[in-house]
Amino acid sequence: MAITLDSKVPAGDIADRWSNHRFSIKLVNPANKRKYKVIVVGTGLAGASAAATLAELGYEVEAFTYHDSPRRAHSIAAQGGINAAKNYMNDGDSIRRLFYDTVKGGDYRSREANVYRLAEVSNEIIDQATAQGVPFARDYGGLLDNRSFGGAQVSRTFYARGQTGQQLLLGAYQALARQIGAGKVKMHVRTEMLDVVVHEGRAAGIVTRDLKTGEVKSHSAHAVVLATGGYANVYYLSTMAMACNATAIWRAHLKGALFANPCFTQIHPTCIPASDEFQSKLTLMSESLRNDGRIWVPESSEDGRPANQIPESERDYYLERAYPAFGNLVPRDVASRAAMRMIDAERGVGSLKNGVYLDFADAISRLGRETIEARYGNLFEMYERITDENPYEVPMRIYPAPHYTMGGLWVDYNLMTTIPGLYSIGEANFSDHGANRLGASALMQGLADGYFVLPYTIGDYLADYLNVPPVPTDDPAFITAEQEVSDHTHRLLATRGTRSVDWFHRELGKIMIEHCGMARSRPGLEKALSEIPALRAEFHADVRVLGDASGLNQALENAGRVADFFELAQLMCQDALDREESAGGHFRLEHQTPEGEARRDDIGFSHVSAWEWRGPGAPELKHREPLAFDYVELAQRSYK
Amino acid sequence: MDVKLRVWRQNGPTNDGAFKEYAARGISPEASFLEMLDIVNEELTAAGEEPIAFDHDCREGICGTCGLMINGQPHGPQQGTATCQLHMRKFSDGATIVIEPWRAAAFPVVKDLVVDRSAFDRIIEAGGYISVATGSAPDANLIPVPKDAAEASMDAAACIGCGACVASCPNSAAQLFTAAKMAHLNLLPQGQPERFLRAIAMVDVMEEYFGSCTNHGECETACPKGISIDYIAHMNRDYLRGQLANSRLAGQRG
Amino acid sequence: MTATESRTDSAGKTRRPLPWPVRFYQSDVGKKYVMAITGIVGLGFIVFHMLGNLHAFEGARQLNEYAEGLRDIGEPIAPRTLLVWIGRIGLLVALVLHVHSAYTLTRSNRRARGSSGYEGDRTYLAANYASRTMGWTGVIILLFLVWHLADLTIGVELANPDFARGEVYANLIASLERWPVFLLYVGAQGALALHIWHGAWSLFQSIGVNNPRFNHWRANFATTLATIIAVGYLTVPFSIMFGIIH
Repeated sequence: MAITLDSKVPAGDIADRWSNHRFSIKLVNPANKRKYKVIVVGTGLAGASAAATLAELGYEVEAFTYHDSPRRAHSIAAQGGINAAKNYMNDGDSIRRLFYDTVKGGDYRSREANVYRLAEVSNEIIDQATAQGVPFARDYGGLLDNRSFGGAQVSRTFYARGQTGQQLLLGAYQALARQIGAGKVKMHVRTEMLDVVVHEGRAAGIVTRDLKTGEVKSHSAHAVVLATGGYANVYYLSTMAMACNATAIWRAHLKGALFANPCFTQIHPTCIPASDEFQSKLTLMSESLRNDGRIWVPESSEDGRPANQIPESERDYYLERAYPAFGNLVPRDVASRAAMRMIDAERGVGSLKNGVYLDFADAISRLGRETIEARYGNLFEMYERITDENPYEVPMRIYPAPHYTMGGLWVDYNLMTTIPGLYSIGEANFSDHGANRLGASALMQGLADGYFVLPYTIGDYLADYLNVPPVPTDDPAFITAEQEVSDHTHRLLATRGTRSVDWFHRELGKIMIEHCGMARSRPGLEKALSEIPALRAEFHADVRVLGDASGLNQALENAGRVADFFELAQLMCQDALDREESAGGHFRLEHQTPEGEARRDDIGFSHVSAWEWRGPGAPELKHREPLAFDYVELAQRSYK
Repeated sequence: MDVKLRVWRQNGPTNDGAFKEYAARGISPEASFLEMLDIVNEELTAAGEEPIAFDHDCREGICGTCGLMINGQPHGPQQGTATCQLHMRKFSDGATIVIEPWRAAAFPVVKDLVVDRSAFDRIIEAGGYISVATGSAPDANLIPVPKDAAEASMDAAACIGCGACVASCPNSAAQLFTAAKMAHLNLLPQGQPERFLRAIAMVDVMEEYFGSCTNHGECETACPKGISIDYIAHMNRDYLRGQLANSRLAGQRG
Repeated sequence: MTATESRTDSAGKTRRPLPWPVRFYQSDVGKKYVMAITGIVGLGFIVFHMLGNLHAFEGARQLNEYAEGLRDIGEPIAPRTLLVWIGRIGLLVALVLHVHSAYTLTRSNRRARGSSGYEGDRTYLAANYASRTMGWTGVIILLFLVWHLADLTIGVELANPDFARGEVYANLIASLERWPVFLLYVGAQGALALHIWHGAWSLFQSIGVNNPRFNHWRANFATTLATIIAVGYLTVPFSIMFGIIH
């Protein structure tokens, strides 16, 4: 099957494209909307907002989550804030500037038209969220407060203390709950999607497993929307929630949806380092800490003294030294790589030598403890709860951790994947962040897709299927998919090997963070590409999953998720190997400037790499969507 | 460090459960409580016994999925902390730790330590929202919100829906959860049009599942987000006003 | 969201909405209002009664005159004893509502707790002895009340063989000079003080009186009130026992 990547980007001036597009796409008559059924998988920011909005419009919606409640999705953990081009601070912000910053921040690997639309609807998101009762921070006049975030030159970040993601998710969840209460959304909790069903080339529905009873069931619809988040859990230790997984998008990929830019992953510099081998996850602390904290390591790798006893002269403030203009505020990828280099040089701190210091002593003596407490009190408290160290007295220890994945299912301007009728929104798609995501932009994109883009663009597809009923679930396409899901589940249970699922996940994570993490190289990636299939084979031969499939079995759920990570990991390495340049979160050691900075190849790689699955064992086939930059001038980043 | 565990094991919603004893050996005091359980589960798996089922997800204290009764205290001995952020250093070497699921009629056990808290969702579906369809919102700065009101709303909105309030309450009441969810919206100008309808709708559904408030204040100390029982008083007041007020005059000020 | 004005019966038929006070009382929150308001009525009576008791220190004549005077309240506008009877009926209604709501709430709490309680020990941090024994102290007070009415108001033979109508002072001393009665009285006052200590704070929450400016006064108020009532009521039996009143 020949696949042509038609991005369906409308013509015309970039500022008019979204409104022109909305005018030109087909509409579904309000009275007819109830004749359509739409499945939404995932109830995070993107999924909950999409399900709620589709139901408000009149569609019949079924929503699915493996959590016990839609409110648990990992969007809830986002701390910092959400960007919008409101220009409430009167500091020269505009849609154009937010667009420009996002394209530049993404290191020129995103689709201009999508990013412009994102910037355009960002303002509507703030209006919507505020009307829903999201308690954004306010000043004494009662108006909304903004802060500068992630090195932006303007203050455009709206926030609700350090819990912006939680509050926005609760807003979307409440909108969804309203529709559930009204009977317009049928909600399936503790139900995991395990396959997409494609019938005559179109998405026809999904197959799920009820996590409480083990029942495998088919659900059919006119369209399927995947809002299942990112895949950073492939690294095992990440800031993801424990259950975050790639199963939904990977299954879609196996059924024909192209996977775009899998190697674009983001590593966040300010996480709390692991304290022992059994650590299950890494906790992120807001990047804002770098505004006042100074990052350093001891000069000597032999230095075993506690931080307070190391004199100034024997400390290396390596970011301030190497990047005098930006100092500790260099972008995430630069800060992360610099920390990694220090630790590789065995200059790390802490008992496992796996962190660098983030020191507030200067800031405390300059501003006073109270000011620091007002700014970062809750973060300091969280740090102390986890590490039992008081950051007012001793410097924090931080280390980078995988945090976000810019890659995902390839989608066109309508957010439809290469399978007609299958949509992908939020972190699950690839569309808006290019090679690197700016701080406070993830929440913006998830809600833009869910509230303001998908609910309109989906009509363009649905309009053609008026009065065509969904494929019945006793169709052979569903029966086969159900059988495959059951077989897969039973194979995992039948293996009865010697090693636990977590063991394999940890091993996979070690390979990925070492070879496909902050810095990648041809030899490393080739090594990973040989190790992953071996580990995968071992997994299928030696994994030990106890219990049965007829009730709640968390090890079984986890086994299915980890099984899908192996092939995804392989594709990530293949993509990373193929992309012979450094861009954003993708840093190839072979492609750097003499100063050690990332070097893009705009002639060879100014495109989206969209990969096509061609069966087990076969290398995937790369398709290109060329990227044109008509409104933003390409430039090399410099933070010297 | 070594600890002894007494863990509630129950194979399914209709099965009988019982405590089982396990030994967790060589645990790092740096490990989190759930990581300790991970290690025990790895050992159980190796020994051929099905691992202990417990709910958890974000492991950074915000998703509200985890929740264990640890030595008779919801989320364990450290206040203002969800189970996932509790660390083993809070226990002494050689201690015996009793772990039970949340107990309430509205929270039936699914398996082992996992309970079904969907009654909370029913309360929200009844009225824990502001009816504003996507796209219909006015400019965000059109309605100023006094800072104190916004802060109080945020204090209430910090609720993570973990159910510790119900678990701690001798009456299995969900007043703190319901009151927090209600106050989050009722304290804001945006929440005023539906304020009293919301109060009645949410309380009615709450009472279908949960007990009543005797003002013990246990919920407040169990809450990992330290949400105040002041909100329960607000809820009671809004409920009375919802029952009494002439809704046709609701558009009048003062 | 819609207000649940109408209700459906078991056959699924929509029925006429219940009148407002019934609907309100059907909810647990409504019952807590009733508990609190009837509690306030009871508190008012208890304070008033305590002040009356203190007439005992003035001597027999003053106490007897005060007791008789209660029947004259409202004269000459209202017929003699009318107001005292209205008061008695009002108190009885309040008592019945207080006990009924307590009973039904306790039952609904049991149902909410379900069959399986915690198997391990619970560690309580905020709940105190008073709050957790409200039911028991309530029952003790109720039983005491029955006995107390029989002993000193109605003068049932079995409770107080020396009872003489109108001789309040003599009846009081005759009854409380008996050790078992004295101990019963003291025990009941202990229960009452505990009940008030929690109740007089708790009622503010139940009726939604909450303002951070004054909140810390609520607990102080309850403690002070419970102490005053306990001391006020106990002075009389102790004075009798130690022969100060005779």
